[in-house]
Order: sequence, then C-alpha cells, then structure tokens
Amino acid sequence: MSLAVELRGKRSWRMVKSHLMVGLMFLAFLVILVPLVAVIGTVLAKGAGIVFRDFPDWFTKPIPIRSRAKGPGMGPAIVGTIVITAAASLLAIPLGILGAVYLHEYGQQSRPARVIRFLANVMTGVPSIVMGLFIYVVFTLRFGLSGLGGALALACLMLPVVIRSTEEMLRLVPGHLREASYALGTRKGRTILTVVLPAALPGVVSGCLLAIARAAGETAPLLFTIGIVNSTNWNVFSGPNTSLSYQIFRNATDPRAGAQERGWGAAFTLVAITFIFTVLARVITARYQRRRG
Amino acid sequence: MPVDTDSLQPHDASREAHSDNEVFRLNDLDVHYGKFRAVRDVNMVLRKHEITAFIGPSGCGKTTVLRCLNRMNDVIDSAKVGGQVLYHGVDLYGPEVSATEVRRRIGMVFQRPNPFPKSIYDNVAFGPKVNGVRSKSELDGIVEESLKGAALWDEVKTRLKSSALGMSGGQQQRLCIARAIAVQPEVILMDEPCSALDPIATARIEDLMQEIKDRYTIVIVTHNMQQAGRVSDRTGFFTTEVNPDSDRRTGTLVEFDRTPVIFSSPRDERTEAYVTGRFG
Repeated sequence: MSLAVELRGKRSWRMVKSHLMVGLMFLAFLVILVPLVAVIGTVLAKGAGIVFRDFPDWFTKPIPIRSRAKGPGMGPAIVGTIVITAAASLLAIPLGILGAVYLHEYGQQSRPARVIRFLANVMTGVPSIVMGLFIYVVFTLRFGLSGLGGALALACLMLPVVIRSTEEMLRLVPGHLREASYALGTRKGRTILTVVLPAALPGVVSGCLLAIARAAGETAPLLFTIGIVNSTNWNVFSGPNTSLSYQIFRNATDPRAGAQERGWGAAFTLVAITFIFTVLARVITARYQRRRG
Repeated sequence: MPVDTDSLQPHDASREAHSDNEVFRLNDLDVHYGKFRAVRDVNMVLRKHEITAFIGPSGCGKTTVLRCLNRMNDVIDSAKVGGQVLYHGVDLYGPEVSATEVRRRIGMVFQRPNPFPKSIYDNVAFGPKVNGVRSKSELDGIVEESLKGAALWDEVKTRLKSSALGMSGGQQQRLCIARAIAVQPEVILMDEPCSALDPIATARIEDLMQEIKDRYTIVIVTHNMQQAGRVSDRTGFFTTEVNPDSDRRTGTLVEFDRTPVIFSSPRDERTEAYVTGRFG
C-alpha cells in the first residue's frame, strides 16, 4: 500500500549508530555496577556474619589485645569514629557554610574572595596524610594524642569540600527569589537566612553528607594524631583514641585469624554507619522541606 | 490638540509645584549601567491612587525607570542613578535614605511569578515577620486580609499550609500581589505582571488592580497597549534613541499624559506611530 506521505524512517546508518551508542551506554552501566556490587557484596558477606554473631557485644566490648583470639568487639573504634567525625563536622560545617556565604553573597569577585576561593581549591588537593602531618606538627606535638587532633585534621579535609559544594548550591538559588525578598524591605542578612539558605538546603546537606562520609572513612590523618587504644574513650579532648578506619587497617595487616575477622567486621560496621547516617539525614531534610512547603 | 480640562491633574505635571496628591517626582532621571547610558532625562510626576502605565518597545528603559522607584537597581552593581527621584519630596537616593525602608513602603510585583518555595501562608507572612510582627493571631489576620485583597482567599483558604509552587501561574502572581500588600505599602510597582499569564488570569489581575487602586498607588510596566488602555489613568510612552556616534541605544520618556489622550490624540508623532501599531 502506498501512502500519500512517506513517514516511515529510512534504515539509515544513523539508526545503526543510535542503537550502537545506546548499547555501549548500557555496557558502561554494567561495568560500573561490577565494582559497586562487588565492594558492598564482599563487605556484607565477610563482615555481616561476624558483627551479628556477636551481637550486641560487638558494639560494646573492648577490642581484644591478643590478635590471635577470635571474638568481639569493636566498641572503642565505633565510639572513636563517632566522636571524632562529629567533632570534625562541628568544626568544619558551620565554618564552611559561613565561608561559602561570604564568598558567594558578599565577596563575590573581589580580590579577597578570589584568593580564598583559590586557596580552598588548593586545599582540596592536599593529600590527607599531609594534613595529618600538619596537625601532628602544630597540635599533637604540643598537646599530645587525642581525638581532637584527629578531628582537626579531618576538619581541614572537610572544610574545602563544604565550602565548594555550598557555594555551588548558593549559585543555583535563582536571583528572582532574592529580589522578591529585597522588594519586601528585607535586609541582605535576613534574606540569606530566611530565603537563600533554605532554598539551597537540600544541596548543602548533600555536600555536607559527602564530606562527613569521606571524613568518617579517612585513615591517614588519624595515624599520627589519635594514637591507639583498646578501651573506649568518650572524651574527644584528651587521651588517645581509635577509629574504625584505623582498626580496619591494623587488623587487615595482621595475618592472625582473630584480627582478620575483626577487620572485616569493622569494615562492615563503617559502611553500615555511613549508610544509616546518610539515609537519616536525607529523611530529616525531606521532612523539613515538606514542612516548609 | 485637546486641552486637558481636569485642572487638578494638569498634563504638564513636571512644571507644577509639589501638591498633596503627588507621590513621585522624577527630575532629569538618568541611569547608567557601567558606561552605558540606559535611560536619560526622564521627568514625570506620579500621583496618589492612580494607576500609571509605562509603555514602549523593548529596551526603552521602562523597567529600569520602574526599578529606580524602589531602589531595586541597587541590587545591580554597575547601575548608577543620576538626577532626582523624589518620593513625597524626599530624594530616594539621598545619603540618609535606607533602601530597605524605601522598599517597605514601595512594593514590587515581578514579571515572572516568584513565590518563595514555602507554604502559601509563609509567603504572605514573610514580609510582616521581617517587619517584626510576631503574634500568631495578628499574622493570621494579615494573611487573610492580604489574600482577600488579592482576590485569592476563597481559592486557597483550605490549603494555606501547602506549597505555593503547586499553584497555577495566575494564582502565583496574585499570591505575589498578596505578599506585596501584606507589608501595607503605599505604592505597588508592577513589572509586566501579566506577561507570563493567560488572558483569563490577566483579566483577574486587571480587575484586582481596579479594586485596590483606591488604597494603593500603582505603577505598571506593560508591553500590552490594550492593557495600558484598560487599566491606567495615565500613560508614559518611552522609546529608544540611537546615538549616532556610538550606535548605543538610550531610552527616554517621549510623552506622559492621561491615558485617553495618549491613545486618542498624542502630541508626539512617535507616540502616535506606536499606539496605532505602525512602529514597535
């Protein structure tokens, strides 16, 4: 049957290319999936059993001193990771957000703002072990090993990430929202607090979460700054401490069976803590957003 | 040329002495963006409880002049305002004058509806809260009054806590008007408030302007000549002049008069060409 108008596409080279490209993209997606699934799968397979076999002792008992002995726990490292990361976040996040607000809302393209922005970018590239060395020299040598030293090193690593991601999010807040606020006779500071930051909040939270998750997994900056303990130390300000990431490193490099087990358990615990924390923060932000409308 | 018979509102207003119903007086207003002169030599008087429309082709400086009236041009770093903008005889650009104080008295509605990503209630309550109203019952009263004033109350009274972004474009624009009147300004500036709306929503906004004009002084920029003819008491026609030396365009006020005069018997031939559709 012949149609008045020929609307059927031609089987051209273009169509072949299109299918080829879609196929390649799907292949890339599969390749990406391999490391993702493999990492989570391995940690889950080797670590989950150890953690839940000794539940809840795993979370509360001190770390056995004899690395040959099997059994729980990882309590001191869990506490250490939580208090050190929390302290680092408390240092870095408010400072980073304030810095980003200065850069984007006040400094803009002025010379001091450009210098700070450049330095923040440089700081992102500083290897974490160098940051640890720096804190070791300026802090640990004077005040001794403590969680705070580790928190300072982690905060230095988080700061540029928080500044950059927050500034990026502030840039995305449309100018007409600022104008609407100014047109009601709102001052700049108030506009930033009540209009700009709430509008940027989901993105700011994402950036901070990324920074926190990365900091929680950092090992190198903690090597010289927090020392090592086998019993729980809740005090972040004094006395040596330990962390999950450091325990993973120590136990994984120890060939004895007990240590190997605890290494995997610690890896699983760290992944689980980061995961739970991320989900929790997302839920809270979503609820906050809904309440604001 | 017809003679304006209304002796209280003489057409050549800029030569008149300050009178009680004068709200704005522009004396030789000049605006530069950096080195570029965007608008030159605007002289006009805007009166209380009147709707004044600014019409003219794109780039003629209507919006620029409008944004001088509440110092919104301050937001643009490169903008520099010359000449005088007198508001009840006070120079808006005087050294003692605070831009935030100016904007509390002179509200603005923008071209695109721009509600905050907050609830309907919080949008309207935003201005009063900034101005220090704390009591919940007082805020409730202001929100209800403002939404009624913007002819929106009946449509939204059951969903004040839901997001303003879920409303239609016309509703959002009326919400923006409600938000502007919630701080009880004396003047409302409207920058092409209907250009993003359909004819029905436009008609609602125009009706609303008529309803509220006995309480507010309104200045509206519009691309739509019929709209200027329908809603305004006075119309200013702006156009661009090309500078032969630099090939840059500068906007200026050609003619300012009562709206029927502008549309039926303008004095300047450029105005006539524009309103009859032969140009622009």
